[in-house]
Amino acid sequence: MNWAGLYTVLSGVNRHSTAIGRIWLSVIFIFRIMVLVVAAESVWGDEKSAFTCNTQQPGCNSVCYDHFFPISHIRLWALQLILVTTPALLVAMHVAYQQHQEKKLLMLTGHADAKHMEEVKKHKMRISGSLWWTYVCSVVFRLLFEAVFMYIFYMLYPGYQMMRLVKCEAYPCPNTVDCFISRPTEKTIFTVFMLVTSSICIILNMAELVYLVVRACARRSQHHSNPSSGKGSFYGHKHSSEYKQNEINQLLTEQDGSLKDMLRRNSGLQEKGDRCSAC
Amino acid sequence: MDWGTLQAVLGGVNKHSTSIGKIWLTVLFIFRIMILVVAAERVWGDEQQDFVCNTLQPGCRNVCYDHFFPISHIRLWALQLIFVSTPALLVAMHVAYRRHEKKRRFRNGEKIDIEELKNEKFHIRGPLWWTYTSSIFFRLIFEAVFMYVFYYMYDGYQMPRLVKCDAWPCPNTVDCFVSRPTEKTTFTIFMLAVSGICMMLNLAELCYLVIKICMKESRKTT
Repeated sequence: MNWAGLYTVLSGVNRHSTAIGRIWLSVIFIFRIMVLVVAAESVWGDEKSAFTCNTQQPGCNSVCYDHFFPISHIRLWALQLILVTTPALLVAMHVAYQQHQEKKLLMLTGHADAKHMEEVKKHKMRISGSLWWTYVCSVVFRLLFEAVFMYIFYMLYPGYQMMRLVKCEAYPCPNTVDCFISRPTEKTIFTVFMLVTSSICIILNMAELVYLVVRACARRSQHHSNPSSGKGSFYGHKHSSEYKQNEINQLLTEQDGSLKDMLRRNSGLQEKGDRCSAC
Repeated sequence: MDWGTLQAVLGGVNKHSTSIGKIWLTVLFIFRIMILVVAAERVWGDEQQDFVCNTLQPGCRNVCYDHFFPISHIRLWALQLIFVSTPALLVAMHVAYRRHEKKRRFRNGEKIDIEELKNEKFHIRGPLWWTYTSSIFFRLIFEAVFMYVFYYMYDGYQMPRLVKCDAWPCPNTVDCFVSRPTEKTTFTIFMLAVSGICMMLNLAELCYLVIKICMKESRKTT
């Protein structure tokens, strides 16, 4: 499992995201993960071996390095990127659950053939109902993780600038020892770059949140002006044909158009569609 | 996520490019990214370890290296290549949006073949023309900016053999020697030349698109 594996996993989520979500994912992969892998890792590659202290005291080098760099920038960024990308998996799990429900519905209506099952897998889920809440939660968590990591960075490395020289007095260094960091300017440039892209991602997430909320409000106000059948109870317990048909009707209402359209397109369903009150 | 994945992402854009765009993409991947990965990274691999200064003063080498090489050539090229290839994603996003619109029309009842929709090549006209032209324009801007940054940081494109350093804690002035300066100069000039070729391809593509649209407009009016 490496960054390419994560890319494969998250590309699947891409299909069910909003446009802003897709832009966010591209920014994450191209301007953050890719820059981390192809450039930043080689800048920090020799951070310990080239960390030189003006002393011959054994152990002083290691102790000072450990004192000033409790956790390396590279590792912090890797953790940040992993934690920031994983809330999207909540959405993937919810979509998988909804697809499972749709497949069950198809089996109930007697259309469990390969073609319909394939269509269930391929069609894009609309972000409404419970999926909307899951999606909004994932965006909120992304924002939270980004903010927390930026704060941790600021606490550990105040000012985001990498110094050329640090003065170290940790045991066993004699008195105060000058220690020199390797490539401080290059490290500062990359730190600032990653900070800027992180801020861009935060802005994109906030924009996505606002967009989702506004869209939901707009939909709700449209709903109030055109009232349609409300949502009933989820699953009946009886297995009579009437109950089964009610179940089908309710599930069709819940699916908000996507499965309805799919079923409507297939001419073989015209009879059942006529009986369906929600269509 | 590495150059291979970028190639996979951009390969999709290739389908909707002009012929000059396809040539540009090939030059980018073969003569720039591949050269960077298989050759240039090895040349610059030992840049700091083999940067030797004529002093025993601890820390002097680090400080002098940092002073003369604020950001390594390799990293600058990597950033340049990433920035130069990403405007193509604007085009990919626009094409994806057009496909999505067509799918929506299909869902609303119009008869469109789904398989054909997936493999359809969109002609570069209308708003897609503007997106495509903007992407070429951004590519040109990024190439020019990075070439200027290179020139400004390294005073010309030649790698010196010897640099004289007097940053603290080096005592007085110290001679420092750069590793493989000739090889580095060769690769710098090579990457510069290919960058120039890419800029010319982009300019040619821009002219081609503008001329094509002008001819179309004039044909419409006659």
